[in-house]
Order: sequence, then structure tokens, then C-alpha cells
Amino acid sequence: MTPELYGLMAEFDHPTGLVAAAEAAREEGYRALDAYTPIPVGDLGPLLGDPGSRLPVLTFIGGALGAAGGLFMQWYADVIDYTINIGGRPLASWPAFVLPAFELGVLGAVGFAVSGMLIANRLPRLHHPVFAVDRFRLASEDRFFLCIRADDPRFDRKDTRAFLEHQGAKHVHEVPAC
Amino acid sequence: MAAASPPRQRRIYRLPEGHEFRTVTEQVAAIPLHYPQRLRWWLGFIGSSLLLGLLIVSAAYLFSEGIGVWGNTIPVNWGIAISNTVWFIGIGHAGTFISALLLLTQQHWRNSLNRFAEAMTLLAATCAASYPLFHLGRPFFFYWVVPYPNTMALWPQFRSPLVWDFFAFATYITVSLIFWYIGLVPDLAAVRDRATRRLPQVLFGIFALGWRGSAVHWERWRRAYLLVAVVALPLVVSVHSGVSLLFAVGQIPGWHTTVFPPYFVLGAVFSGFAVVIMIAITLRHAFRLYDLVTRRHLELLGLWLLATGWMTAYGYLADAFMAWYSGDSFERGTLLDRLAGPFWPIYWGAVICNFVPLQALWFPRPRRSSFVLFVIAFLVTVGMWFERYMLVISGLFRDFLPSSWGGYVPTFWDWGIFFGLIGFFLFFFFLFVRFLPAVSMFEIKEAVWEEEHDT
Repeated sequence: MTPELYGLMAEFDHPTGLVAAAEAAREEGYRALDAYTPIPVGDLGPLLGDPGSRLPVLTFIGGALGAAGGLFMQWYADVIDYTINIGGRPLASWPAFVLPAFELGVLGAVGFAVSGMLIANRLPRLHHPVFAVDRFRLASEDRFFLCIRADDPRFDRKDTRAFLEHQGAKHVHEVPAC
Repeated sequence: MAAASPPRQRRIYRLPEGHEFRTVTEQVAAIPLHYPQRLRWWLGFIGSSLLLGLLIVSAAYLFSEGIGVWGNTIPVNWGIAISNTVWFIGIGHAGTFISALLLLTQQHWRNSLNRFAEAMTLLAATCAASYPLFHLGRPFFFYWVVPYPNTMALWPQFRSPLVWDFFAFATYITVSLIFWYIGLVPDLAAVRDRATRRLPQVLFGIFALGWRGSAVHWERWRRAYLLVAVVALPLVVSVHSGVSLLFAVGQIPGWHTTVFPPYFVLGAVFSGFAVVIMIAITLRHAFRLYDLVTRRHLELLGLWLLATGWMTAYGYLADAFMAWYSGDSFERGTLLDRLAGPFWPIYWGAVICNFVPLQALWFPRPRRSSFVLFVIAFLVTVGMWFERYMLVISGLFRDFLPSSWGGYVPTFWDWGIFFGLIGFFLFFFFLFVRFLPAVSMFEIKEAVWEEEHDT
């Protein structure tokens, strides 16, 4: 009995080879795909899933919450809870509230954008099966990897390996499950 | 994608053909893992530690004796503590400017500079934020500026620029830290993957958050990075405008003018570019990063310095013109004090240091010379310090009531805190250069890739 597999991982020299292989794999019907690259490769993200499309909305919500919360806090403090008459000016002197409200809006937007990105990416996650492949350390240097996971219905140890080799992969690595 | 694109006229990066990516990783990741130049690093580090020691001594003396040990008096109750806050935070702004604006406008050459420019931002903003705390007199009550439920049933005064600036500085430091860190994560992973000893593997591994370069992660990461850049840009403008409102909202002659926010923001970016130039030239030569921080980078930085310098010069003109045009005798008096009164060396020192050597940058030769560029950048940094000093102190020393006119001389302890904070900046910058990838590897690779495949 051969060991359980997480998937098969093909190694490419070039982003173009990787993108072509990923497109071919999608056409072949593979869906449980991921690619690992040292630089963001433009077309790959949308090809391999639909990630990130909600981040702008999330950022807007964070910003709106921060700014509205900031405005409300200042209004509540100056009009309801702790009124000070300064030269007869209106208590709800909103132009003075703009800057703190803006800053809190920025804080909310950045907080939501970054934590949304980390949560959607399930990071931090210090261990992952792909790290078991020895040459995977080059994924942060100059190699480009395409991984087809074993839980894909089309996955077959032999056929998938043959498919990846046919795509011009330099090596095809087995990723053990753990 | 174009199959055979013509070679670009001006390629910035020229790396060994076929080994571009590996070369980048080797040159940058080697610095934290196998540090070269250990002796020089130790000398610099010990020097900055001594200055940091000066800061600790000066702060301890200041806290035990009170701010009477400074030269601040009435009427000049904001001495160099406040002018240095403005100077430091201004220097910080170029880091965010390079990172965010040049990212959004797709100026790929910025990819060699953004990492250390952001580290500069973080440290300069911390120095700036610590000055008001030193200045408080009772620094242990600093948290009173934070709105929090308290038994005194008090709220901060939200109509005060001092409270605005608390929000501005706190947000700015937090956002700069986040922006810098999420940009750092993929490079921490690259260093982790190259580390051979256990301790760096574990430490870089933890801070890399388990980054594995997944294409799906990259896509979300890039969106988040761009989104942070989009909000960081108006943040820069708001922070330094907020700083200028500390002055402009007051009625002091020489301060009460609407030109202050843009004048301050442009001067900030100007001084920040000058410091980025000094850091870039130092790192380039210290680590022989000639392929990554190229002459073309220096040239472009020189052009930015020239452009922002002229924008700042416009601020000088507008400020002087409005003082004259107002017809107010006190406004005009302050202007005359600056031009020909007791502050003339400071005013003309600022004008000469900021704008005279700068004009050499019209010509390509000085722009490409590390030495000339470094000298000009240093003079601009000094000139901008004069400018901040001039704006703060010459506004205060003669206000509307001639009976309360006075002078101001900084004491030893003023300088102790100032040079101590420069030591603080250098201390942490030395640590940053020693232990972290000081230049962004994956962003340079991205720029190299795009240059070669001119899409």
C-alpha cells in the first residue's frame, strides 16, 4: 500500500509554463488546484478560485464603521455626556469632529482589509502538507509549483502525474498527506 | 501577452540573465542570515547605542526635574520639542508616499525602496509621537488624551487639534506598522526557506505566519495591500495637515494661515525623500546592492527631491505673500523678524540649504552621483529642520503683546533629547538592517518580471 497523498505537485521554471498548465488542468476538469509562486502572478488567482472579491466591500464596511463610530463618539461626548460651551459655538460642531472620525475610519478600513485577508487565507497556519516537499523551499525563490490535490474527483495517481509531466513540468513531486 | 516585445528604452534592473530571481534572493536574504560587514555594523550599532543612552539619561533627568530643564519659557513655550515633532513626522511621510502613491501609480522602481522607506516611516513617526509625551510635564497622564470610560467622568476636548493629532499619530503608526508587516510576510517566508540554522528557521517561520505563496493567497494579499495603500495615501495628507492645524488653528501671527496644511505636507514629503536618499545610498554601498538599488533609482529620487523641493519653495512664497498681503502689522512683523530680524540666520539657512544646492539636480550628472546626491539630501534634511524651527519659534517669540516679547535658547537637555532620538532611530534601523530583509525581494522580482515581459 502506498502512502496517502495530499496531492501531486508539478514544478515549473517559469510563470508562463505554470499559467498554461493551470489553464490546461482547469480544462481537463480538475478543480482542487492551487499554485505556489515567489511573486504574485496576475492571472492565476482568478483562475484557481474566486478569492478576494469581497475584500473591497469588507474594507468599505470597516471604514464606514470606524468613521461613523468616531463621529458618534464625539457627538455623544460633546452633546450628551460632557457639554462645554466654547465661545457660544454649537455643541455639535461637526467640522471639528472630521479629523478624528476620518482617522478612525482609516483604522477600521485597514483593520478589516488585513484581518479579512488573513482570515480568508486561513493564516497564520505554520504547518501545511506542501512544506514536506523538499524542493518546495524554492517556491519563495524562483520556482513555480502547481498542486493538484488528491481530493479532486478526477485525481488519479498515474493519470494526473502523466498529465502534469505532459504539461512540461520539470519535476512532479508527491505531497504526502499528514 | 506580447510574444516578442521590443526591449524597453530604460530598464532599471539588469540582473544576470536566467538567474534574475535567484540573484535577488541571494543578495538580500544573505544579509539577515550571513551578515557581512560585522565590524562596521558593530561600530555603528555601538555609536547609536551611546546616543540612545543619552536619550535615556536626558529623559530621566527631564522626568525627574520637569520641563524647566529645557529652554522653553513664556512666550516661547513650544521649543524644539514641537518643531522636532513636525520634522520627524514629516520625514516619515515619504516612506508612506513611496509605498502607497508609487504603488498605486505603478511606478515599479519603488519596489527597491519601499521596505526600508517604510521602516524609516515607522521609526520617525515613533520619534515624533514621543516628543509630545516628553513635553507633557506630567507624562504619566498621557492617556488622558485617549477617550476611555473613567471615574472622573471626563472626555478629551474633541475640538482641539492636540486631540486630533493623538488620533492622527496613533492611526498613522498603527497603519504604517500593518502596511510594513504585511509587505514583509512573503519575504520573511523566503528567508525562512533559506535559513539553515534552527533559531532563524523558527523565528522567521513564526513571523512569516506560514506563508507558502499560494496563488489564491497572493490574490487576496494583493487586494488587501492595494486597499491599504488607497487609504494610507489620504492618511498621510490628513496626518501632516493635522500637525499644521496645531499652528494654523491658533491666532499667533505667522501661524494663522490657510496655506499651512499643503505647505507642511509638501515640506514633509520633501524632507522625507531627502532621508530616503541618504538611507538608499548608504545601504547600496554598505551591502553592494548596485543591481537592486541602481543609479536610475538615485536619479529618479533626485527628480522627486527636485519636484517636491519646488513645491515647498512655493509654500515659502505663498506664506510670505499672504503675510504681506494681509496688511496686518503683526503678520508683517513676524515676516520681517524671519527675513531680517533675530531669526534671519535660521530663515536664510533654511532657504539656502533647501533650495540652492537642490538646483544641481536639474542636471543628470549630479543626479547620478551618489556623493553629490547624498550631500544635497543631507543639506535638505538640515534645511527642513531650520524651517520647522523657524516656523515654530519665530511665530511665538513676538506675539500681539509687545510687553510679553521674549527669546528662546535651547539648553543642553533639549539637544540631549533630540540627538538621543536620532540615536533611537539609528539603533532600531541598525537592528532592522541586521535582522530583516531590508529590501523587498518579491517586489523586485515582480518588477524584473514585468520589465522583461512588458505587458
